[in-house]
Amino acid sequence: MKEESDHIQMRWMELVVAAFFAGIGLLVVIDSFRTGYQWSSDGPQPGYFPFYIGCTLIVGAIVVAVQTLLGWKKSENVEPFVTYSQLRLMMTILIPTSLFVLGVVLIGFYVSSVLFISTFMVWQGKYSPLKSALVGLCVSGALFLLFDVWFLLPLPKGPIETFFGY
Amino acid sequence: MDEINNLFQGFAVALSFQNLGFMLIGILLGVLIGVLPGLGGANGVAILLPLTFSMTPVSGIIMLSCIYWGALFGGAITSILFNIPGEPWSVATTFDGYPMAQKGRAAHALTTAFTSSFVGALFAILMVTFLAPLVAKFALKFGPPEFFAVQLLTFCSFVGMSKEPPIKTMLSMMLGFALASVGMDSVTGTLRMTYGQESLLQGFDFLIAVIGLFGLCEILLTMEEGLSFQGKHGRISLRDVLETWKELPKYWATSLRACLIGCWMGITPGGATPASFMSYGVAKRMSSTPDEFGTGKIEGVVAPETAAHAAGTSALLPMLTLGIPGSPTAAVLLGGLLIWGLQPGPLLFTEQKEFVWGLIASMYLGNIVGLIVVLTTVPWWAAILRIPFSIIAPVIVVICAVGAYTVHNHLLDIALMVIFGVLGYAMKKLKYPVAPLVLALVLGDMAESSFRQSMLLSDGKLSIFFNSGLSAGITILALTLLLLPIFNKIRQLFARR
Repeated sequence: MKEESDHIQMRWMELVVAAFFAGIGLLVVIDSFRTGYQWSSDGPQPGYFPFYIGCTLIVGAIVVAVQTLLGWKKSENVEPFVTYSQLRLMMTILIPTSLFVLGVVLIGFYVSSVLFISTFMVWQGKYSPLKSALVGLCVSGALFLLFDVWFLLPLPKGPIETFFGY
Repeated sequence: MDEINNLFQGFAVALSFQNLGFMLIGILLGVLIGVLPGLGGANGVAILLPLTFSMTPVSGIIMLSCIYWGALFGGAITSILFNIPGEPWSVATTFDGYPMAQKGRAAHALTTAFTSSFVGALFAILMVTFLAPLVAKFALKFGPPEFFAVQLLTFCSFVGMSKEPPIKTMLSMMLGFALASVGMDSVTGTLRMTYGQESLLQGFDFLIAVIGLFGLCEILLTMEEGLSFQGKHGRISLRDVLETWKELPKYWATSLRACLIGCWMGITPGGATPASFMSYGVAKRMSSTPDEFGTGKIEGVVAPETAAHAAGTSALLPMLTLGIPGSPTAAVLLGGLLIWGLQPGPLLFTEQKEFVWGLIASMYLGNIVGLIVVLTTVPWWAAILRIPFSIIAPVIVVICAVGAYTVHNHLLDIALMVIFGVLGYAMKKLKYPVAPLVLALVLGDMAESSFRQSMLLSDGKLSIFFNSGLSAGITILALTLLLLPIFNKIRQLFARR
């Protein structure tokens, strides 16, 4: 019996997030073996607290996973975590955000924020390209004045800023 | 009555036309710094320190301390409007401030925040004026065991009463502790959990986590709902301010407790951030309706804001009297004093009377000017909420990215912020509380290092926490607060049978 569903169920996400917590716990425990997890003569070694924190994370995650598996058919576990249409909406900001972050690394902060803001405005807000570009330039320019000029905190720059001598 | 006399002389110094101008500029700059996430009070004061070298010491310190007041006020603005804490100490303000804004009461929340901040600061200044020498002696008694006891108390006053499943609360808290321990171990210098990544050396700064978990996560959730901030509110007027003021005196008890917590945490260098958390926790415990906290309760804004300001202000006291800064920003101000050739300490009060009392008088005036400035600009801040989401969303993302980047100047931090945003989204949906994670991340590092410093002092014996009356008292209070809910649970279980 296979049903076409329009959402991701809570129970699957519970397992994914529990796995994430367990994974972090494992990383922490492995590292605390290296740094020393015992109580030495002058108090705890560097890995002492992390060791127990990691263990608690793993045990807690297992408990959550077991609870989810035991109540696999319970209504609260079958409820939608997110519907695909909601997910699609969310992706319309998450994907551009990720691209923006990538852009910051590749072409610098200011240019990618102009592109990010104006593209998003045209795409989602249906503003005219001119208006959108203007808003993007203004925000970016204001940030440039604030951080690079006034507070002397340089933000990451790319080839275009270098071309203008920054 | 010597103090009153001195104070009036101080007012005479501070009330020059020029100094009032510096005050105004300082407050405006401070609010700006407070609003921009990542550019903290300490950072901002440090960056603007050179500006003041050409001024007289009195004008310089007035302007710098006004920047600090401004930053304390400004941190609340973005917390309430966008769920993005502009400053660490306004994290606790988001818990109830943001829900209030969502319900269309942004102006009320902002007014409450500003007024409470003012009350907290005023209380602390009065204390500074009249109790300076006495309080200074108290601060000297604090060593690592006492610090650990205070941190434990902050923690215990906050945990215990959450509505979320206990196992998830614990997981969230442990994740916070785990993240806090990443990086250079402050006691032995061992690198922990960096896995060869150089950029992890300094560990996870909690601001990055907070910007992602709160700010970005909020954008994702709003987007999922379909492109609009909830609870847009049309007009904000003087009436809203007056209405809020009429309501506020009801919370005098919360406010007084918050003042005391704040002053105490400021003098014993606990700082404004733990103070705000502790005060929020205590207010929730003392409340007759603790379940309403987190849904937009005015008390939930009063408590952390009052305490944060009281702590931020009283942190200057140990700096002036002993030369021990009570907060990172106070440390930067201390640097300023030394550059001007002023040696902080008990002698400062006798040798540089004009300077000290000018500063204290400027605290009164600065906070009044600050309150007027931020209150008159409330409508502008609240108007931001009316900007269409398709414009404000990318702008907020960009500002979040600036905030994350400027903390350590690491590009990796911007990527981490996005990851925290997604994590926050999943946690919120699955009913993992986020507050314990943030609290653990803030306090974890501090608590561990003071614990281990105490252990070094005592050759690994836990009894050191009970050696002095002060640390024993605080530790016992903390443990009682921690165990009380468990006792109550057990009693309820037995009562049912």
